[in-house]
Amino acid sequence: MKRNEQIAKTIVFAILCILTVLWIYPVFMILINSLKGDAFISTNNVFSLPNAESFVGLRNYIDALSSKGFAAAFGYSLIITLTSDILILIGTSMCAWYITRVNSLLSKICYGLFVFSMVVPFQMLMYTLSSTADRLDLDTPYNICIIYLGFGAGLAVFMFTGFMKSIPLEIEEAAMIDGCNPLQTFFQVVLPILKPTLISVAILETMWLWNDYLLPYLVLDRKKYMTIPILIQYFRGSYGHVEMGPMMACIMMTVLPIIIMYICLQKYIIKGVIAGAVKG
Amino acid sequence: MEKAIRKYWPIFVLPTLAAFCVGFIYPFTQGLYLSFCKFTTIKKATFIGFGNYAYAIRDAEFWHSFWFTALFTVVSTVLINVIAFAIALALTNKIKGSNLFRTVFFMPNLIGGIVLGYIWQILLNCVLSLLEKPLLALNATYGFIGLIILMCWQQIGYMMIIYIAGLQSIPEDYIEAAKIDGATTRQILFKIKIPNVMPSITICSFLTITNGFKLFDQNLALTGGEPAHASEMLALNIYNTFYSRTGPQWKGYGQAKAVIFCIMVIAISMIQLKVTKSKEVQQ
Repeated sequence: MKRNEQIAKTIVFAILCILTVLWIYPVFMILINSLKGDAFISTNNVFSLPNAESFVGLRNYIDALSSKGFAAAFGYSLIITLTSDILILIGTSMCAWYITRVNSLLSKICYGLFVFSMVVPFQMLMYTLSSTADRLDLDTPYNICIIYLGFGAGLAVFMFTGFMKSIPLEIEEAAMIDGCNPLQTFFQVVLPILKPTLISVAILETMWLWNDYLLPYLVLDRKKYMTIPILIQYFRGSYGHVEMGPMMACIMMTVLPIIIMYICLQKYIIKGVIAGAVKG
Repeated sequence: MEKAIRKYWPIFVLPTLAAFCVGFIYPFTQGLYLSFCKFTTIKKATFIGFGNYAYAIRDAEFWHSFWFTALFTVVSTVLINVIAFAIALALTNKIKGSNLFRTVFFMPNLIGGIVLGYIWQILLNCVLSLLEKPLLALNATYGFIGLIILMCWQQIGYMMIIYIAGLQSIPEDYIEAAKIDGATTRQILFKIKIPNVMPSITICSFLTITNGFKLFDQNLALTGGEPAHASEMLALNIYNTFYSRTGPQWKGYGQAKAVIFCIMVIAISMIQLKVTKSKEVQQ
């Protein structure tokens, strides 16, 4: 019996190892090909390691950064993600506190609409949203965050209210009796208690914002601004010869920071995912 | 206290609500209205009643994409959940290096759909051409299989995390007690572990169903709907109706399709809510 268990465990371990290789291989393949010259990224050579003939060092990376607009796209993606994240966290947490603490018609209607908005697919409003954004001049990376606050509010409010219901009222009441106004109470008492939820929401929103393709593609002024997903789509979408080398380098430069971030923040990311799943 | 906060609503609620109106309520209601119109821009819209819906229901491509999406959703939901649950079981069974495995399996979730689509397009096309089979963009069956592989690769890690959390929340005593009573591993799995992670199973199956149904980025990047719209899913079909056709009628058709799509997604969510609620009563 003991021996059988040992064998079973070894088999399971071996299967998991094979799966791990399968999970890492696609990224590894992009890495090796991003170091090859354009001509060597063809069907027969994709799986081979770069050799003396095909190795071009970091030329693809330099090319992608300088002439293919990767640096600018990275910058825009970063600006959009950061501004939208901050705006969503502050805006929706305040809104959620009001909804949980004040029992009025306004909070009930708001809550209902926010929950409803989580379900609606983007295709339903993509055309009207992009034309609304156009008319209000919300089509630059610096103010698209307002659109994101509106469209992304649902999930954030939902998660915040779910957590706030479990905070005891007494703490806030004590602060109010001691002379805090609601704003002070919120920022000095409630927000610190919310910290774990803030991190969870921030992570879920970041995963969405950083990778979002269709919303920025339709809303942003395409000739002037590209985010990373738009840039990569543009590589393939434009007809004619696709420059595989720089494209691979772009993919690699997109994936690497994410993987590094992930390894550093792993604990929080996994907690955020679990919190999102339980509440969602 | 409630009264004091109530006065502050312009500070607490108004900013988010205003953005919400701009980013959701206004476009949503306008979209609903426009689905009954013939329009090229929002200002040039004429009301035509249910004409758009009549067209959308008779559109063979739309129905094809619906069945393609439905089949994809069913297959991917089953595969992802079964594999993710199996991996979660293995990882909670005190196996060596479980943290490393967990880290690796979850990683693809952080990479965006477009990037994932291209990574797999390159990889799968090379494999297919080495096997001397048609490329992804030339054969809808391979396109379908490719999408399934891609989504499994991406989502198994996410669902695995939720299943692990569910499995870890089962009290050790239950399993100890069952073992003392002489339960086999199989019995422990079916009589204790699975019933106790039912909430995780509903959440995960719901997530995979909605993700599959709403899939867009990966579809666009991996196959782009080729060949001749055969691997086009609902979201991409709506997108193409809007933006890759010229003619005054198409935007209206697209909006009507979008409303139908929206109703389908809402229906799935309602069913999900019902199922979850009924499970809660039992426990």
